[in-house]
Amino acid sequence: MTQFDSMGAIATADDSKDAVIVAQDVEKWYSNKFHVLQGVSLTVHRGEVVVVMGPSGSGKSTFIRTFNALEPYQKGSIEIDGIKLTPNMKNVEAVRREVGMVFQQFNLFPHLTVLQNVMLAPVEVRGWKKEQAKQVAGELLERVGILNQANKFPGQLSGGQQQRVAIARALAMQPKVMLFDEPTSALDPEMVSEVLDVMRTLAQSGMTMVCVTHEVGFARQVADRIVFMADGLIVEEGTPQEFFGNPKHDRTKQFLAQILH
Amino acid sequence: MTGFLFAQSATDQFTLDVIVRNLLLATRWTIALSAIAFIGGGAVGFLIMLFRISPNKILRYISAAYVEFFQGTPLILQLFLTFFGLSVLFNLNLSPWAAAAIALTTYTSAFLGDIWRGSVQAVPQGQWEAGTALGMTYFKQLKRVILPQAVRMSIPPTVGFAVQVIKGTSLASVIGFVELTRSASAISNVTFKPFLLFSIAAVIYFCLCFPLSVLSKQLEKRFATDG
Ligand SMILES: Nc1ncnc2c1ncn2[C@@H]1O[C@H](COP(=O)(O)OP(=O)(O)OP(=O)(O)O)[C@@H](O)[C@H]1O
Ligand SMILES: [Mg+2]
Repeated sequence: MTQFDSMGAIATADDSKDAVIVAQDVEKWYSNKFHVLQGVSLTVHRGEVVVVMGPSGSGKSTFIRTFNALEPYQKGSIEIDGIKLTPNMKNVEAVRREVGMVFQQFNLFPHLTVLQNVMLAPVEVRGWKKEQAKQVAGELLERVGILNQANKFPGQLSGGQQQRVAIARALAMQPKVMLFDEPTSALDPEMVSEVLDVMRTLAQSGMTMVCVTHEVGFARQVADRIVFMADGLIVEEGTPQEFFGNPKHDRTKQFLAQILH
Repeated sequence: MTGFLFAQSATDQFTLDVIVRNLLLATRWTIALSAIAFIGGGAVGFLIMLFRISPNKILRYISAAYVEFFQGTPLILQLFLTFFGLSVLFNLNLSPWAAAAIALTTYTSAFLGDIWRGSVQAVPQGQWEAGTALGMTYFKQLKRVILPQAVRMSIPPTVGFAVQVIKGTSLASVIGFVELTRSASAISNVTFKPFLLFSIAAVIYFCLCFPLSVLSKQLEKRFATDG
């Protein structure tokens, strides 16, 4: 896999586009009835931070969950760092190793300590030695400011701390791209900024990121591009200045009026 | 008259001492049968649990039907069906011991499989998703993420079910397997003291089951407060 990784990196570096995610006309139906994604296309370049916004039920979660095959899709194509994610692909672990995901509800493993949470996948999936994984986990926990809690269990931490651990856990796999699905929506207001700060630092370090979030401040400062979804389609996209300053579509204006009060 | 004389002498022979010793010897078979049912049933039950939660529809249906059959019919009929049915179907001369072991194993497997399925499904879906997103395979997720959490939840009901298995072994007496109940019945036939015999047997069953019940309740309380 490592050999493949370096090959992949070289191959895509030659490509002037240097895209990490290429989604084309993705369509999905829930239980053959509900057309949740109606042909969504998005290209995310290396180092780019894309924020996805849109009303509840517009398909934001569903869309970004197709990038690591948590959701199957029926039509279109998705390519992650040069690996094709075909609709019926069975061995999707190769793609999942390269895509980190942070969930709204953290989803930390409650029976493992913070340190063990971060070490688990590198050992089980990448086949790292425990010592190596422990060292990397320690570095990551330090980066997200939780190293002093390494031996606690998730249940003993605050929501903000848990979410930072979840970010460290995803980073431990050394992903090419990180997906965030409303990472601060389940948090008490006073804990939102500590998580956003970690995400901002991560963005500055050059990580490719796709974030579903309604944190306007974060979107303005950190996003290279904002994508607005409604009813299973991308209605509008642009830089934060364009998006917040000069929205074109009525749906976007309506939405912005709501979230900007 | 001779029968009466025989019974008379049998009563003399079977002092309380002797009765208790005989019943305790028979209790060994109750324990052995329970242990076999529990170990065998646990192994088969684990497979049943895997099938019940499998992404494969056919495996799910087969295992669901298996569980429904053994939960939906009386154990005593399962014992008869195993003892007489297997003998006829496969032309075997199945001993009561083997038939009881098979019937109690399948019975136990259905219940344990269902208890464990419930525990696995009580682990939030987000735990599977987190494992999947980290690139772990299905079985790695099961082993490292799901089962460690499910096991905690399943220990109290599993220990509680052990009580049902121990009591269930008494039914094996109907196909001629000599365990505690059968032995008490046999001795009472010659001593004419059924009340005494079955009382002692009840006390022995109680001594086997009560500690397990208490343990199960305590574990349940502990896991409930630990969160
Ligand atoms: N498993 C499912 N089966 C059927 N419908 C579903 C399923 N999951 C989601 N949906 C529906 O699909 C639509 C899009 O859901 P999705 O979670 O992608 O929206 P979202 O944009 O992330 O919304 P939110 O802001 O509420 O998270 C919703 O109407 C939802 O009810
Ligand atoms: Mg969502």
